[in-house]
Amino acid sequence: MSAVLEVTDIKKNFGGISAVGGVSFDVREGEILGLIGPNGCGKSTLFNCILGQLSPSGGEVKLDGRVVTGLRPSELNRLGVSRTFQLLQVFPKLSVRENLILAGQEHQGNMASRLVGRSDAGLTDAANQMIGFFKLDHLADEPAGGLSYGQQKLLDAAMAFMGGPRLVLLDEPAGGVNPSMLADLKERLVAINREKNATFVVIEHNMEFVMSLCSRVMVMAEGKVLAMGRPDEVRKNPAVIEAYLGH
Amino acid sequence: MSGFAKPLKIALGLAVIAALIIVPMNFNRYGLFILSQWAVMSIAAMGLNLTLGYAGQVSLAQGAFVGIGAYAAAIMTTHGWPLPAAIVVAIVLSFAVGWVLGYPALRVQHHYLAFVTLAFSTLAFLVFRNESWLTGGIYGISNIPRPHIFGLATNKPLPFYYVCLASLAIVSLAMWWLIRSPWGRAFMALRENPLRAQSLGIDTRRYTLMAFAIGSALGGVAGALYAPLTQYIDPVPFNLSLSLDLLMMVIVGGAGFYFGPFLGAMIAVLLPEWLRFTEGYYLMLYAVAVMLLLIWSPTGILGLLDRYLAERRTKAASALRAVAKSRLETAQ
Repeated sequence: MSAVLEVTDIKKNFGGISAVGGVSFDVREGEILGLIGPNGCGKSTLFNCILGQLSPSGGEVKLDGRVVTGLRPSELNRLGVSRTFQLLQVFPKLSVRENLILAGQEHQGNMASRLVGRSDAGLTDAANQMIGFFKLDHLADEPAGGLSYGQQKLLDAAMAFMGGPRLVLLDEPAGGVNPSMLADLKERLVAINREKNATFVVIEHNMEFVMSLCSRVMVMAEGKVLAMGRPDEVRKNPAVIEAYLGH
Repeated sequence: MSGFAKPLKIALGLAVIAALIIVPMNFNRYGLFILSQWAVMSIAAMGLNLTLGYAGQVSLAQGAFVGIGAYAAAIMTTHGWPLPAAIVVAIVLSFAVGWVLGYPALRVQHHYLAFVTLAFSTLAFLVFRNESWLTGGIYGISNIPRPHIFGLATNKPLPFYYVCLASLAIVSLAMWWLIRSPWGRAFMALRENPLRAQSLGIDTRRYTLMAFAIGSALGGVAGALYAPLTQYIDPVPFNLSLSLDLLMMVIVGGAGFYFGPFLGAMIAVLLPEWLRFTEGYYLMLYAVAVMLLLIWSPTGILGLLDRYLAERRTKAASALRAVAKSRLETAQ
């Protein structure tokens, strides 16, 4: 299997503090890679460096073999790298459907066609499909700000999938989501992973969720990679138990 | 404003348009001047509403763009060019300058951006006043001709009012289209959450510059109509106070609401006239009214209306839920 994402020796310093201290890994086509580690170990900073939201102090990011370090988040997104956020980042005044149309509109046509073309950018069907897929039908015309926390989490995830991304970085998708909705979310993620051949990297603290969803798990501690491997291997790793999982 | 039924809205819109065409036929010269000024200021305020209200970029330079448009039109038409050509030049010039002024907005936001644009406003004023070889300096430019449209002279107040009204109509339609296009959504995303917007592929840099450029271009259009309206311009009307007036029109009307600028411009232009009977007190009354409005509703008049309609909808929805619940309870 070829690597969709190759990260080589990424470093990020904030003043004198090293948040990420030389992390290297690849993400293989079609896999779901889990990323776990204690709070403050640099997981989200690593995401932001990969996504161009922070510029790394050193190192290189390759997407499908092409160097993409230094590209802006919007450019990366249009190359097929999408993300969800740890904290809710939907557009509260827009309806669920409008949020999804917005999430897809920059992925087709160009600036000119977006000005003179159809006002929904021809995305209503795609948005409706996504609404059906995430079982948000009864909420489609509600303003997103009126949804429950868990529903907004689902919408946030659905928005990440609107442009048909190759690679999706999910930052704590399960945080604050109730168990029944979580089972739903997992099922949706697995379905998209299989059917659309999308590759995922998932930051998550819910071990059951990570261990059952991911094909490989990377453990970070203090800005470095502590372990990488199949979930059952990682779970037994003494260093991981010491740093994160606990006895 | 989705509380009104659609046919009612269309009927209301047509009635307002008809009134704007028919009623002023009996107006005197001064009444027509005030109404034309309303149309011109609405265009400028609509531009600022795009930059500030929809895209969330604070600008204290809209008055300077009105000045740029006015000087472009005054200089060109007094040298024998037709007004439509001057309007095109005004649009291109203010678009380009507005685009460049957008660059600071890529680095600074909110009140810092307000200061940058304020400095630009002062700079533009100094150019209008000091570059007298071009602008006539403090003596200004007089005898600005009014255009012939399709061979018809618009020297008289009523025909020129129709020129202003028709321009307002064209700009309004273009703005309606823009706001409903994906661009409108992208501008709003820029205002609400630029971080999320970027991660959805929205090129926030380009949209920020566009918001500035298009908003400024509308300021230029307003200026190009202002010059033949007053037929004499000097630097004074385009100083910082015009930018502040336009900002107030947008905020009082309701920033980010389509009809906000029309309403805001109406209040700013017409209210002082209506309060004229109070003689020396009208500015004070006006100031107090604005303060009270903003304390009561920081989102302006249309924000107030929006809140009222939203409350009514919520009440209607909860009443429906209560009925459904009581039915369920009786059924059990």
